[in-house]
Amino acid sequence: MKKSLIGALAVSTMMTPIAAFAQTEVQFWHAFTGRLGELVKQQVADFNASQGDYTIVESHKGNYSETLNSGIAAFRAGEQPHILMVFEVGTATMMAAPGATRPVYEVMAQSGAKFDPDAYIGAVKGYYTTTDGDMLSLPFNSSTPVLWVNRDAMEAAGVDPDTDLSTWQNVGATLDALKAGGEECPLVTAWQSWIHLENFSAYHDVPFASKDNGFAGTDTELMLNGAAQVAHLTAMGEWAADGKFIYTGRRNEGGANFRAGDCALFTESSAGYAGISSEAEFKFDVRPLPYWEGVGNSPQNTIIGGASLWVMEGHEDAEYKGVGEFLSFLSSSDVQAAWHQNTGYLPITAEAGEATKMAGFYEQNPGTDIAVIQMTAKEPTANSKGLRLGSFDQIRGIIDEELEGIWSGDKTAQEAMDSAKERGDALLRRFEAANR
Amino acid sequence: MEKRVTFRGWLLPLLLIAPQVVISLVFFFYPAGQAIWQSLFIPDPFGLSSQYVGIGNFEYLFGDRFYLAAFGTTAVFSILVTLCSMIPALFLAVVADRLIKGSGVYRTLLIWPYAVAPAVAGVLWLFMFNTRVGVISWYLGTLGYDWNHVLNGGEAMGLVVVASAWGRISYNFLFFFAALQAVPRSVIEAAAIDGARFWRRFWTMVLPLLSPTTFFLLVVNIVYSFFETFGVIHTITAGGPQQSTTILVYKVFSDGFVGQDLGSSSAQSVVLLFVVGALTIIQFKFIEKRVHY
Repeated sequence: MKKSLIGALAVSTMMTPIAAFAQTEVQFWHAFTGRLGELVKQQVADFNASQGDYTIVESHKGNYSETLNSGIAAFRAGEQPHILMVFEVGTATMMAAPGATRPVYEVMAQSGAKFDPDAYIGAVKGYYTTTDGDMLSLPFNSSTPVLWVNRDAMEAAGVDPDTDLSTWQNVGATLDALKAGGEECPLVTAWQSWIHLENFSAYHDVPFASKDNGFAGTDTELMLNGAAQVAHLTAMGEWAADGKFIYTGRRNEGGANFRAGDCALFTESSAGYAGISSEAEFKFDVRPLPYWEGVGNSPQNTIIGGASLWVMEGHEDAEYKGVGEFLSFLSSSDVQAAWHQNTGYLPITAEAGEATKMAGFYEQNPGTDIAVIQMTAKEPTANSKGLRLGSFDQIRGIIDEELEGIWSGDKTAQEAMDSAKERGDALLRRFEAANR
Repeated sequence: MEKRVTFRGWLLPLLLIAPQVVISLVFFFYPAGQAIWQSLFIPDPFGLSSQYVGIGNFEYLFGDRFYLAAFGTTAVFSILVTLCSMIPALFLAVVADRLIKGSGVYRTLLIWPYAVAPAVAGVLWLFMFNTRVGVISWYLGTLGYDWNHVLNGGEAMGLVVVASAWGRISYNFLFFFAALQAVPRSVIEAAAIDGARFWRRFWTMVLPLLSPTTFFLLVVNIVYSFFETFGVIHTITAGGPQQSTTILVYKVFSDGFVGQDLGSSSAQSVVLLFVVGALTIIQFKFIEKRVHY
């Protein structure tokens, strides 16, 4: 395995194009392959063609975790790129390393590039700004969970496909009806912790962790064993026991089941749009994520998943000017609107959202605006601004393990979440110690 | 009588062992020393600052019941992988050894799985047992068995064991086969003339004569199951469901390279170093006594 890695590195190094000397080169490491990778390449090519001073060199560094690790390893070796794509889970890790990163608001001020922090959608930028409102990293691809409905499967089970699924109470009744109608996979999910705990908490305006979900300091503790979360997971656990909720894995394995038409309901990112619209051979709907009627202040807003672009320290001033120009280009309305329409990711500026609406995109592709509305309908509260927790990738792993305990019936929701809190808090204390 | 060839002077022998010593120093002692040093700190991922915690990382590990549970998981996993890779290999070697014609073809075919990298083997097995489209899980379904390694810890363990052991069968087969070929025909034939049947000959003569090979493979396979199987686990279960397939080396990987907790990861490497060291000493001290060279 090692050998092939070195081989791949050698090949990729040889294939890196040699830029013209007159231009300042800016390295951009990202985690996208396939259709998304092509779109990123296109954005970079467009920027390079639009001016003559800077050349952006994009490189794919593996999945989100691998890209972050490559960036960290490169920084330790003094070989870091200018721009590094970091998924939202790695935000606290990056924030805790002020010597390794340069905040985006500073880069923009120094470079003199066009930058208006107020142009960005609050719920999107909130995840990546300090409590004082300074933007640390540029939101790049952001999505939020929604409910996908297989209309054909609903009809086949004798359930009205237009039935109201806005609350979990209604979804519960629909799951009963689907099961009774012979549906073998009434509900499936992707990214269980992100959707059924992190977003669940924000959507019901209950805390996921203390200290404003970690925004106000690293001395934070998990609060995911609260009554609202436990009640939801208890219901999900009962559905799992009755075969009404089918567990398929920790990541987005369930997407294959849904796209193949095996399942009726699917909680997944709005960015699932590209895959579902191209593969599904059935009629489907996008609905807002359900909420529990009467729990917390639901529905509040949901929070994002995805990645942002961090600017790394240790480069020349002229190069940071190029970084500023590129980030400004990425935020421009046309680029954002195209990105939003091609991928199902949210637009990062209100202007890009408006442009998409004006172009009639939402009318031609019904449901694609639900994610935007769901995120922006209400002003975010301290519980729904996002999460900023250290070692969060690992904590998600712990949550996944504990949730599996609920789905298999080994643990009650309360036991599992108490255990997740205890184990997660231990990691938060270590993170606090490492960044004292 | 033992024959000893002695060198005159020190220079030549030192020169001759120097490459091995240099390789050991650079690729073993230096990283091992680094791991021990790092295990005393909680560093931040970027290497900008680190807190000296003494044996704090070890206290943290041994106070974590999930880490302690990983020892049990590792023991079960290693024993199963070793058994599942050695017993079929021995069986295949014995059968291939009895062939008069075509043993070369069998030998070649049996060696093939060894060429498959662990991570790729993991993906192959995962595909066959995929709960939705897997051939084997579909077949089990038609027999009325609901295969679900995504939620069933026992099935997940079975799957990673089979996927890890599969490629190793080839490796073990090679050694057993060569050892069987080296068993003197005259001894076997003499026993046959005395009326010993195949299984009796196998238990009382062939197996004891194979003991050096078996011992060697035992040590090598245990080390393999401790260190080289994380690719399989990463691709098939990522340590789940819950923690049922989280073995020690997988935890080193996931804490260090996914969680960026380099202090804990280093401490775990040090623990692993001692565990494998102790295991090897035990094997040489107690099991080797029963080996006849």
